Amino acid sequence: MERIPILKMGSYLLVTIQVDMHDRVAMTLQDELTERIVSERAQGVLLDISSVEVVDSFIGRMIGNIASMSRVLDAETVVVGMRPAVAITLVELGLALPNIRTALNVDAGMTLLKSSRKTLANARSPR
Amino acid sequence: MGHNTQMAEEIRNRQDVILKDWMSYQLAALTLRRDLLKESELRETSRQFLELFAEAFATSADSSSPHWKPVKDNLTEISRSRAVQGFGPSETAMFVFSLKQPLFDLVQQRAGQDGKRLAEMFWDLTILLDKLGLYTTEVYQESRESVILRQQQELMELSTPVVQLWDEVLALPLIGTLDSGRTQVVMESLLQRVVETGARIAIIDITGVPTVDTLVAQHLMKTVAATRLMGADCIISGIRPQIAQTIVHLGVNLNDIITKATLADAFQVALQRMGATISKAAP
Repeated sequence: MERIPILKMGSYLLVTIQVDMHDRVAMTLQDELTERIVSERAQGVLLDISSVEVVDSFIGRMIGNIASMSRVLDAETVVVGMRPAVAITLVELGLALPNIRTALNVDAGMTLLKSSRKTLANARSPR
Repeated sequence: MGHNTQMAEEIRNRQDVILKDWMSYQLAALTLRRDLLKESELRETSRQFLELFAEAFATSADSSSPHWKPVKDNLTEISRSRAVQGFGPSETAMFVFSLKQPLFDLVQQRAGQDGKRLAEMFWDLTILLDKLGLYTTEVYQESRESVILRQQQELMELSTPVVQLWDEVLALPLIGTLDSGRTQVVMESLLQRVVETGARIAIIDITGVPTVDTLVAQHLMKTVAATRLMGADCIISGIRPQIAQTIVHLGVNLNDIITKATLADAFQVALQRMGATISKAAP
């Protein structure tokens, strides 16, 4: 069965979706990702969907779920590499995912994660 | 129908006479546009039509039967070329209706004193020619509609240019109304450019959008949402005072989209976001 690899990059996790996402794969990903976030004490998740050509409401929801779960575990999620057609489809489906950070590519995504971590740290530092 | 085949034979054999009468009626008619149509052209068109008519009528008096297809094709041709020449639909239909007179003359000669037979043949011919005349109007309508459709396509394809104002700052000046079809085109070209340039801010200028109603606002929000998903933020500029009023009256919720009155202000905000400043060079 296909598994989506989760790579560690410093204190962040990189997830690249390159296969068709169907139920089993999605559930497995959610399980593994949440476990890795805890075990590695990851501070952020970079979700790379640049290979995803077609999305449906299921995938849209799944991306939203992953972001929410990560936030509960105090890790920020940034979705990168969304294709124009995919973006349009998600908007048409009404899944604009307003609470998710996005970036054009992995570089920009990493910059975003690092800067948001800093602001978060400053905001939470005790007076 | 006995008398119809006889009638058909008559029409076929006396085409020249009918044509001559028909031509004189047409030329005398007030609706003839001498400026648009030469007599020789009219004669040839009439002759062709009459020939096909006679052929079809010999087999059936019902214009919906397939035997009448050559006649209908001929009429389609005539209707299209007349429309292109600038004739109105009534004038083209009159072409067919004017054939009634010479045919009635012929029928009268043949049926003579037989009132009942006369009435029957008149009626058959009237129905037939009415249907054919109306057919030309239908074809005319269709060709006009296809012109309108084609123009709509062209309007949509009127390029929606996306220009780069600065590193990672794009501007999208919208001119004209924003309907769902146009929104699709706009979204696609904007997102494509975002990918190409790696832009982080897109300024959508709506100075050229005449009216903003809830539908247009919805389309704008969709475009902004899609651009956000790609990792770029949107600023909407060019909001005229009346538009601002309309937006509030309609209760349109622009969420947290930054809006500015002018493109200049929006550009300033964009620069700030990028951490850039413009300062005057020392003289």
